[in-house]
Amino acid sequence: MTAEILRAAFLIFKKDLRSELRTRYVINSLLMFVLVTISIIKFSLGDEKTGDEILTGLLWIVVFFTSSNGLARTFVKEEEKETSVALKLSTMPAAVIFGKLFFNLLLTFILNCFILILFILITDYRVINISGFLITFFLGNLGLVSASTIIAAIISKANSKGTLYPVLTFPVLLPLLMTVINATKLASLGVDTEKLGGEIQILISYTVVVTISALFLFRFVWED
Amino acid sequence: MEKIEIKCEGLSKSYNRKIIFKNLSFSVSSGDSLSVTGKNGSGKSTLIKILANLIQPNSGNISIKADENIIQPENRYLKTGLLSPYLNLYDELTGLENLEFYFLLKTKTEKNVKEKVKLFLEKTGLYERRNDLLKNYSSGMKQRLKLAFSIMNEPAILLLDEPRSNLDKAGIQIVEEIANEQKSKGILIIATNDEDDKLLCCETLNIEDYK
Repeated sequence: MTAEILRAAFLIFKKDLRSELRTRYVINSLLMFVLVTISIIKFSLGDEKTGDEILTGLLWIVVFFTSSNGLARTFVKEEEKETSVALKLSTMPAAVIFGKLFFNLLLTFILNCFILILFILITDYRVINISGFLITFFLGNLGLVSASTIIAAIISKANSKGTLYPVLTFPVLLPLLMTVINATKLASLGVDTEKLGGEIQILISYTVVVTISALFLFRFVWED
Repeated sequence: MEKIEIKCEGLSKSYNRKIIFKNLSFSVSSGDSLSVTGKNGSGKSTLIKILANLIQPNSGNISIKADENIIQPENRYLKTGLLSPYLNLYDELTGLENLEFYFLLKTKTEKNVKEKVKLFLEKTGLYERRNDLLKNYSSGMKQRLKLAFSIMNEPAILLLDEPRSNLDKAGIQIVEEIANEQKSKGILIIATNDEDDKLLCCETLNIEDYK
């Protein structure tokens, strides 16, 4: 059963990737969004020396709003183009949510690597504990994608999709954002990775709980 | 060949307090064919959606059995094929890519996929245009591809909602061939107002009798 779900999820992931590479439906608009947002941050900071605590917060603001703009599209597109019916008649709900999750993970990691590189180049953001920073950044992204994907599935059924998404994601992502901002801030200031253990545990627990909840909830969301 | 049976008892559906149909009961089994008729907006497509487990009735029961074993609602998709105006395939993929994707999902087999998909494309007359993106297909060609989609898991229950839409003479002939094949393999249910579609089926259910 698990192997069958994973096989179908991989097929859906491959289909989404092929569609995206062909249409560049999400990636182009998000790359432009990232460029514009980071440029605005650069212009508003000017030559002023900004502390790494504030820059860490700004980095996660860019990451959060980029995800808000992009991750919902995977499900919204299926509903708007009425392709979800064929998917419903072809495989089980668990395969669909995992397939979309894998695609969103890939999309988010590519975008967030781009955001991080651009952010470091444009601002004076410096990270002292690089390994600790990368671990917390990776786990933060994992939690962000898990929560955003199930909320995307929920809002794809609603009429006012655009406005509903940030409203619904914010309270769900708040504990994750608070933890990940604190952890990346500490890592950028040079705190040892061992001392980030508490934050890392919270991030892992959050991702596991949200992913399992998403798996159980999705069946009811997917079926009208 | 497994014996399939659909039993609907007291089905009712309403949208925003408007009753679409109520107390609808019928049963069909392998070899049966049923045309569902009624004027526009009478609930033909709603009944097809309920049978495909895409929406739920407000009340009533549907029981589907295969060789006397009850098929759980979440597994009904394995036995069902659907052709419908509200079902779309992916515009950004080619006809071949669409069918390969759904064939792999529906049949859970990796063997001879190309050959089998080729058969469906030939059957629906789309083989020559298999590498064209779906967005470049005409509406009749899209309808043919959806027809291929509906039969690719060799469904025991084939649900056709307005199957002749946008089809030319050759396309209509393909629909009739598929419908006749289905009658020997399982259950065929057509939602239609077309007299020729009604002739393809042994029984008729007028949904307006259940208002």
